[in-house]
Amino acid sequence: MLFVQHLLNGLLAGAYYLLIALGLSLIFSLGGIVNLAHGAFYAIGAYLAVSIGGTLGFTGAALLSPVIVGLLGVVIERLLFRRFYKADPSLSLLLTFGLAMVAEQALRMIYGAPPLTWSIPPELRGQVFIGDFVYPRYRLLILAVAVACVAALWFLLQRTPFGRVVRAGVQNPDMVGALGISLEPYMAAIAFLGIGLAGLAGVMLAPIFAIHPAMGAEIITSAFVVVVIGGLGSFWGVVLAAVVVGVTKGVVTAAGYPQYSEAAIYLLMLLVLLLRPRGLFGERIQRFE
Amino acid sequence: MSQPINTRRRVIVGGTAALAAVGFPALIRAQADVIRIGHLTPRTGFLGPLGEFAVQAADMAVGELNAAGGVNGRKIELLKEDSVNPQTASTKAERMIERDKVACIIGEISSASCLTISQVAERTRTLFINTGGNSDELRGKSCKKFMFHIESQNSMYVKTCGRSLMAQGLVKGKKWFSLTADYAFGHDLLRVSKRFMSANGGDFSADKLVPTDATDFSPLLLEIRNAKPDLVISNLAGNQITSFLKQYSEFGLSFPVAGFGFDTALAWAAGPTNFLGTWPVVWHHMIDTPATKKFVADFTKLYGRPPENQAWGDYNAIKLTAQAMIETKSTDSVKLVEHFEKGAKFGLMKTREGYFRKADHQMMHEMYTVQALPAAEAKNKYDIFRSSAPVPAANESLEVIATTAEENECKMA
Repeated sequence: MLFVQHLLNGLLAGAYYLLIALGLSLIFSLGGIVNLAHGAFYAIGAYLAVSIGGTLGFTGAALLSPVIVGLLGVVIERLLFRRFYKADPSLSLLLTFGLAMVAEQALRMIYGAPPLTWSIPPELRGQVFIGDFVYPRYRLLILAVAVACVAALWFLLQRTPFGRVVRAGVQNPDMVGALGISLEPYMAAIAFLGIGLAGLAGVMLAPIFAIHPAMGAEIITSAFVVVVIGGLGSFWGVVLAAVVVGVTKGVVTAAGYPQYSEAAIYLLMLLVLLLRPRGLFGERIQRFE
Repeated sequence: MSQPINTRRRVIVGGTAALAAVGFPALIRAQADVIRIGHLTPRTGFLGPLGEFAVQAADMAVGELNAAGGVNGRKIELLKEDSVNPQTASTKAERMIERDKVACIIGEISSASCLTISQVAERTRTLFINTGGNSDELRGKSCKKFMFHIESQNSMYVKTCGRSLMAQGLVKGKKWFSLTADYAFGHDLLRVSKRFMSANGGDFSADKLVPTDATDFSPLLLEIRNAKPDLVISNLAGNQITSFLKQYSEFGLSFPVAGFGFDTALAWAAGPTNFLGTWPVVWHHMIDTPATKKFVADFTKLYGRPPENQAWGDYNAIKLTAQAMIETKSTDSVKLVEHFEKGAKFGLMKTREGYFRKADHQMMHEMYTVQALPAAEAKNKYDIFRSSAPVPAANESLEVIATTAEENECKMA
């Protein structure tokens, strides 16, 4: 019975890997930028939530903080990312690695190193009991937010003219250009969405995780594992991989080895890379071949 | 598809990266008549939050000493570095001693880094005062002639908190569920807490190791709920403690909680609504002595928040080193070690003076247990607990909470 609980918990835990990994995958697919600073935007989202939440409350923070982080993402995209779309990927890797360090240190200088105080708002506290299974209401909210994001993003990419251009741009940006469509505004929009999602993850997780300058570094490797397992550029691959990573961690803990739960997901990544180098649902992307 | 890359830019990028990797060397002004003290502590990573208090307190102590004319007529110069991890810590200690000629090294929080620094200190015969590494092993199997500990050892934390747990009837015949930080400190603490438990008739129903960068405790909280322990024990460290407290309250579990390792800043971060349980501390900002009150007031004036226990450690380590330098009229490590070993007494802002025990160089001093206040009773975001009287009590030897001669494996060279 406890095993079933761990399985369920793992499924739910997948929700927050998903929130972070979706944006990472989105930005990589379109621009080819491996955004090592993604975790930093997650941390900025959490810190902004505390700053804004002091006056506007949790709801105000949850709505505003991701938008601010998203706009910050647009600025970074316009000023920096843009110059690296056609460059050697290792250069953008250096850029985003540097950005992550600058952001972490900036947070440390502005807010100090000790974690900030921030809790679940009283109206969202409490637990839900389903038979023997107990779950905090707040985590169900995180799950709902993640599901809503996946649905909205899927609709945007698959069912709208905007999505068609983005998908075409992922496959062959030169052809899109030859058709007279400039990808620039689309790149900015994707940066807004992808980085805004990281900010949203920061807001949602701030009440239950320690809010400290290096919180982004804690989560970024897991997010990369999710993207790699899922397959770069694959929407449903990332969704599935987030769940698989969540369940793997839960099951390893359930088996009595929490100390190996981190190692287990890397082992899983290794296996996936050996058997399916493109990831579970990785597509062939023409320009990366 | 890739374009030729501007080589000049590549050189700049490569150069910047190389600089970032090496770290900017501390700029040293050549001043022969200053006393240099090396300060090493983690300022990033999961212990970084505590390191910031350590650095601020060290700066404050040196500022006060210099304002009062320095030590033996010489000003103190503090060289500060982020110790990062055990390997980097030892490299930096080596550089401070051999290149910058520091008189001693003070600081550190990670038990693993303490060990590597102490090896350098021992080889170069330089005094090292550990202000935050708790493991018994540093005072036992790995004890060193040139290493002293103002931070209490794990045994002192366990025996201090243990007294309070026994008084609450949470030990004899009770089932404990413990969560332990998966590195040197945690392993050592788990060993010590098991020894305490078996000596006092309790039982560990489960002990789980938790990776230091773990953020999500939900699988462990489900385990705890299922195991229905009489007491949940935290042997966690750094940011882990904050995340654990937040999520324990999120899951609404009602088993009593206690911990054997604790830092006030982590409880402040958890907040009055999430902080709960019984915890041991080496010092806290509400101790009722004139010296503590003055330190808290001065620190708060300087940095806008009260100091936590790590600030106490680094501040007092620098102050007592200066005192020893004045008393011996020397900065020579060999003489300072001798002075400490003779049982020199130091005021530590508590009711009794403390001294380094000769056998293992552990500071013998009073400790405290704090108990979380219900959220409604917390007056502000800092005064969120009430404190026990000093442990040991006034009529007991300070050594009763430390390792006994049988428990201690220290053989000083």
